[in-house]
Amino acid sequence: MEALEHEVHTPRAPEQNQPQVAIDVDECAARRSLRAQIARLEYELADAFVTAFQMGGVELPVAAPGEPRLLDLGELECVRDELAERLRSARRSISERAELQAENRLRLERLLLEPGRYRFVRISRRDVGEPGCGVWQVRPRLGLIGMMMGWWQVKLSSGCPLPGGRDRLVATRSASSLA
Amino acid sequence: MEEEVELRAAPGFVEPSVRVELPGLRLDWRSVEGGRRKSPREISRRLKDLSNRYRGASVVALRAQPIPHAYRAFFHQIGLDPDVTRIPIEQAAVGRLMQGQFRSTNLVDDALLIGLIETGVPIWALDADLVDAGGLGIRASVAGDRLGSTEFGHHLAPGRLVVADSQRVHALLFGDVAPGHGVGPRTARIVLFAVGVEGVPAIHLEEALWICAEVLGTG
Repeated sequence: MEALEHEVHTPRAPEQNQPQVAIDVDECAARRSLRAQIARLEYELADAFVTAFQMGGVELPVAAPGEPRLLDLGELECVRDELAERLRSARRSISERAELQAENRLRLERLLLEPGRYRFVRISRRDVGEPGCGVWQVRPRLGLIGMMMGWWQVKLSSGCPLPGGRDRLVATRSASSLA
Repeated sequence: MEEEVELRAAPGFVEPSVRVELPGLRLDWRSVEGGRRKSPREISRRLKDLSNRYRGASVVALRAQPIPHAYRAFFHQIGLDPDVTRIPIEQAAVGRLMQGQFRSTNLVDDALLIGLIETGVPIWALDADLVDAGGLGIRASVAGDRLGSTEFGHHLAPGRLVVADSQRVHALLFGDVAPGHGVGPRTARIVLFAVGVEGVPAIHLEEALWICAEVLGTG
């Protein structure tokens, strides 16, 4: 009888502890999985950041700096969700800007074919996703005469503006001529 | 004949509860002779050469490279936003763009910067007199922990990840060194430590410490 009671009672202790252990193990695995998701999202966000940079960049978060700590499940979920939202927003912004650039490229082609139909229209290199500061502009050939005669042409301005602006260049030239 | 720098970094401890949560987190440290003094001309020249590696485009693309990516992901995992609190290599790269070059400050800071630029692994320096002989490691702070050993060190909230020895907390993980624990004019021996995370090979930590010790040896 004693032996029977012993057999019945001893397994109860581990059974009582089992759910708690299972929750701990599950939470640990869930946290690991969330950390892996965060790392993957960060990688995709970095790619999106690099792609979007030439198109004007993506918005960066404005937040107070935190302190390093072990995050619990809820906090890790918040980080994951925030990264996912940032990624979605960055991709949406990239796709909108890519569509706009495609439209501008098409417009530029039309402008080059028929400048007379797009008088004084300006399209910058940045508008079509190209680096640099050049601008295509439809202008009349020979100024007023061209305007009256309907002689229109597309001109591409050269290079980026000087750091100090035109005034500085003029000042430097006049100083050197005086010397 | 030049004296060869000994390649021997000691692995620091990582508290078991932290290791379970953040596998791959590690700290390597070593001590070297040296103190704060002006950098020789060759170190300034080396920093100038390294400046040429960083242009605007390469700094933008930095976050897509494996080692900066590993640190950025880790920052998110420990509650830091790398776009707010920059990872060390990005901080250095942005500093180079803002100042036009990597500027030489003193031999210790230059050595830490060169090690960081060459490997992407951040390194910090402590006054060896304040570090316990048992070595450094990473743990979570507990109630009553104070940053540093002076009265200027503020109390830390429990659960913060810190770099500590058996006696005192020397720094917040990836944060500034506690006041008075850095290398000062009277420091004769320096403890260098590097922190690695998942995705950063251990050999990079060793290399970072080795480069740093080599630069300190030239002074």
